[in-house]
Order: sequence, then structure tokens, then C-alpha cells
Amino acid sequence: MSLADKDRIFTNLYGFQPWNLKSAQARGDWDKTKDLMKRGQDAIIEEIKASGLRGRGGAGFPTGLKWSFMPKEPRADRPSFLVINADESEPGSCKDREIIRHDPHKLIEGALIAGFAMRARAAYIYIRGEFIREAETLFAAVQEAYDAGLLGKNAAKSGYDFDVFVHRGAGAYICGEETAMIESLEGKKGQPRLKPPFPAGAGLYGCPTTVNNVESIAVVPTILRRGAPWFSSFGRENNKGTKLFQISGHVNTPCVVEEEMSIPFRELIDKHCGGIRGGWDNLLAVIPGGSSVPLVPAAEIMDCPMDFDGLKAVGSGLGTAAAIVMDKSTDVVQAISRISYFYKHESCGQCTPCREGTGWMWRVMERLRTGDADISEIDTLYDVTKQVEGHTICALGDAAAWPIQGLIKHFRPELERRIRDNGGVLEAAE
Amino acid sequence: MADAPQIPDESETRARWGAFAWTAENAEKAKGVIARYPAGRQRSAVMPLLDLAQRQVGAETQTQGWLPVPVIEYVAAQLDMPFIRAYEVASFYTMYNLAPVGRYHVQVCGTTPCLLRGSDDVMAACKNRGMTKGKTTPDGLFTLTEVECMGTCTNAPMVQINDDNYEDLDFDRMAAILDALAAGETPKAGTQIAGRHTSEPEGGPTVLKEMVSSNHDYRKEW
Repeated sequence: MSLADKDRIFTNLYGFQPWNLKSAQARGDWDKTKDLMKRGQDAIIEEIKASGLRGRGGAGFPTGLKWSFMPKEPRADRPSFLVINADESEPGSCKDREIIRHDPHKLIEGALIAGFAMRARAAYIYIRGEFIREAETLFAAVQEAYDAGLLGKNAAKSGYDFDVFVHRGAGAYICGEETAMIESLEGKKGQPRLKPPFPAGAGLYGCPTTVNNVESIAVVPTILRRGAPWFSSFGRENNKGTKLFQISGHVNTPCVVEEEMSIPFRELIDKHCGGIRGGWDNLLAVIPGGSSVPLVPAAEIMDCPMDFDGLKAVGSGLGTAAAIVMDKSTDVVQAISRISYFYKHESCGQCTPCREGTGWMWRVMERLRTGDADISEIDTLYDVTKQVEGHTICALGDAAAWPIQGLIKHFRPELERRIRDNGGVLEAAE
Repeated sequence: MADAPQIPDESETRARWGAFAWTAENAEKAKGVIARYPAGRQRSAVMPLLDLAQRQVGAETQTQGWLPVPVIEYVAAQLDMPFIRAYEVASFYTMYNLAPVGRYHVQVCGTTPCLLRGSDDVMAACKNRGMTKGKTTPDGLFTLTEVECMGTCTNAPMVQINDDNYEDLDFDRMAAILDALAAGETPKAGTQIAGRHTSEPEGGPTVLKEMVSSNHDYRKEW
């Protein structure tokens, strides 16, 4: 199986052609948007539900279902909002950046259609602060859409009024969490809120809000044009559609590429990434879905289908489909320890288990890296990860715990070897 | 964030920045920013306005810019919010500099995807030019910071210098960029691999090859 070019949604993914409105329209964007909207709000939501689209930001919640939680008749004093999550900060992920800088009109058209379907008054696109040039492109593309009458009053002549605003972040991974993003949009520190209430009930400015990933929104116009059966013809049951994969690390040619969901890992790498550096025998492990998911050893990942269920079956997850590949030259303990440092750096400081735990876990990881530890500390570390996991408001605590749990599960002998080589004490006498 | 910046003495900064006000151009921009948010929700504009203020300070000092306390007070007053609310935003997000930085803020990504592709060599090229993490060089040209994932992982390792990314680096490429900046030149941003365009595989795309030379419309093949 192989995805044909005609079935790829993001045809200008690499930016060989201009991103501007005229070029985007020549590629098929903003084509009879009004007619798509004429189908009606419920029909659009049903079509997205039928397509099997699951959120592309990591959690994989069905997108159409999420939209259906929004009020059918918003009150005048409590308008609904669509917030688009472009705070792409998960280590390994770099797909939304390509959409924004090379195909921004897919996102903007999707914002209008999705906003209309959920009866929202406006969309805020929250783009991470470090995407400076990308934000410049996005601001310009939104302006183009306004100038062409595609946004604002009577957007795209649909009779529906809809605004799209761009909001730049300023460097905080945690703002990718939906309630932290809402706090940040309100001009506060990005600290996650307790749920419930869920954003669909009380989100931005206390109004009903849906937060969707860039990719989830940008694929919507094409799904409506080609129909749910087309989209759901790709991928396995429950894992439908096409997906932007991002492959970094020790492959010969790292890249971003749109492929069919459920493509086996080996096929993905051989087809687009020129194979593993040093050949398949040189593969050590893969972090398949961005830094938050546990690593998977070579033998288990090679023929694994790259989708939600396939990666769950090997104890990991699809996340954002950002595969970080590590060959046998990798110091795997250092690689995971660096991820632990990332979470320590990015913890917002609100919940004690995460604020204190991430720093503690990183310090122990650094000692395990050099073997300056006792073998019993491996179990202590594992226990602590279990006490951080699930005991925080948001999932950052879990995300900090899982990579370490994955390391201990699959590379315990390596950790013990380092401790022994360093002259550490063996638990049992020889 | 972990390494506390050297924040200058407050009376000095007050003497220098106490009279801070928008330039005419930025005053217009600030109005436009506030208009993006619903009436009465002007506080939402604090992040973009702090960024604008930092850029104005940067333009005045020929650096990337930073946020002296009087400048944060100015922004807070415009948005009718307590200073401490604006200050906690400025101190929470890493892109606001709470201390002066150099002409070029060299932000080397050191997170795992870059680490695997050789970010240590990029860091070494910086240190080779006399830079120290968290410090500004004595000539005021470079400030070196190690930052977390910048979302450019298929073009790792990378560095962001002020507003531009430089990607697919190694020791020599990084050294060349720093040399060019020091000589007052503007190096080409983006990937540093000759022949690579953006995030397609090096050597040319494996898919969508028609797009390389023309704005192909695939709808005809649907």
C-alpha cells in the first residue's frame, strides 16, 4: 500500500511553491467554500464524524465528536470560540510549522468551516512564539483572506460572520495544554486549569471553547470536498486517514511526509528516510510519537503499524507521529535524561509532584547516566515516576514519567551495567 | 530560566528607561493588537505588547532587546492591569529577556532530536568563539543560551538567532554563520545543506515531485 500524490492533502508541504492566496486557490483551496458551508452545521459535523478523523495533537480524540459538545444555540452574551493549537513544542514534532508556513490557507479555510460547524464567533490561532517567520506568514495569509472577503462579515459570501485572529506565544511548552493555552490567551501565566469545567462548557473568557490542533483543522476542507468515505479508506479501523509523519534522529534523510495511517514503520523509513543510519541491524530504539511517549526497542517497532492502536500495543503511543530514531551509537540514558531535563525546564510549577518530581527525576537520571548510583535506586526512580504520573492537573507529569518508565522497562540491564562498571554495589552477593 | 539572569540595578534602569513610551509606529501597532481581543479583555494583549516593547528596546539599544521594569510598568498601565500580573507573564515565558542581551541572541537547541544529530558540535562552535552559556561576549555581540525544542526536528541540529532559524548545522556551518554575523553580513536563513529546500528528505522529495517545478493541481486526478 502506498499513498498516491493525488490523495495527499498538503500538496505544498515543502514550500516549493508560494503560500499566497492565489497559488493556494490554484491548488484547490477556498474553492466553493460557501457550498461546503451550505450543507449545514450538523451535516458537516456528521461528515467529520463519519470520516473517522481523530485529533492530530496527540490525544487522538474524535474531532467531530468534540465539535458536537459545543452549544447548538450560543447566547449573545456568551459567544463560542474556536482555539487552534499551533503551539507545536513537543520534541520531535515539526508538522504544524510546515502547514503554517507553506499551506496556511488550508488552515484558515478549515478554521472558517470548523468555526461555522461549531457555531463559533471567532477563531484564535495560538502559534508558539519561536515560530517568528511562520507567524509573519500566518498574519499575512489571514490578512489576504480578509482582503478577499473570505473572513469577516459574510465570510466567503456564506452569510456567516467569522473572524480569525493570530496570537503569538512567548516560549512555554505547557501552553500546548488546552486550558493553559486559554489562560495564556487571556493574558496570564500558562498554568493549566482543573477540569471540569471542560472548555466546551467554560473556556476562553468563560465562554464555550473548542481547542483543536492545526493539522486536525487544516484537513477538514479536503475531507468535506472528497467525502468521508475517501478519508476513511486509508488506515486501519479506528485509525483512519492520512497523517503527517515527522522522522528525526538517526535516519539517513530526516523529513516530514504525509502518509497513510497505519503504514508499517519499516516501510515509512525505507521509502522516505533512506533507511536507518548504518542499516536496520544498527537500530537501537525509537520514540514513536514525540518525547512524551515511551521508547520502543528495535525488534518491536520494525514492523509495527504507525497508528494509535498499533503503537499502543507495543506500550507506547502515536502522539503527534513524530518518530525520534536512535541507532546503536546512541547513549540511550543520556537521550532520555535530556528529555527529563526538558520536562524539568517546562514544568509550570503549579502542582507539587511535577514541580519537584521533574527536577528530582532528572537529577537521578543524570547519576544513572554515569552509573553514580546504587542499583536499588532504579526501583526508587520507578516508584517516583509512578507517584508523579496521574497526580497532577495536566498531563505534563505523565509525560515526564513515561519516557523514564520506558527506559527502565527496556534498558534496565544497561542501567545496571553502568552502575556495576562504576563500582556500585550489587544487590545480591555473587 | 534555571540560570538566574543578572538583572541590572533598578535605579539605573529607572533612570534609563523611566520615560519609555511607544514610538508613533509602535503606538499604532499596539492599538491594532488590542483590537484583536473583545472589549474589556484588553489584558489578553499583554504578551504581544511585551514582545513589541522588547523589540523597541532592542531597536534603541541595537540588541535583541529586553524588558526593564519601567517598560513592563508602561505596558501594564496601558492595559489597566496590576504591574505584578504583567511581571509574572514576563518572568513565566522564556522569550522575554529580563536582563540585557547582546546584538545577537544565539539560542542553540539542545533537546534530544537535536542532541542526536550533533547539537554538542554546534555548542562547541559557539564556545570556540569565546561564548559562555548564559553570558554575553565582552564586545556585546553574542549572547549564548541553550534552549528547548524549537520544533524544527527534521532539520536538526538548529539554532535560532534573533528572528531567524539556521538549520542542518554542524561545527563548520555554525562557525561560518557566526563569522558572517560578526562581519556584519546576513547569512542565508533556513537549512544550511546545499540543495535542500526545507523539510523534504535531503537529495530531493520522495513524493509530490511535480510540485518542485510547478504549482501542480492534483484535483484533476481525484
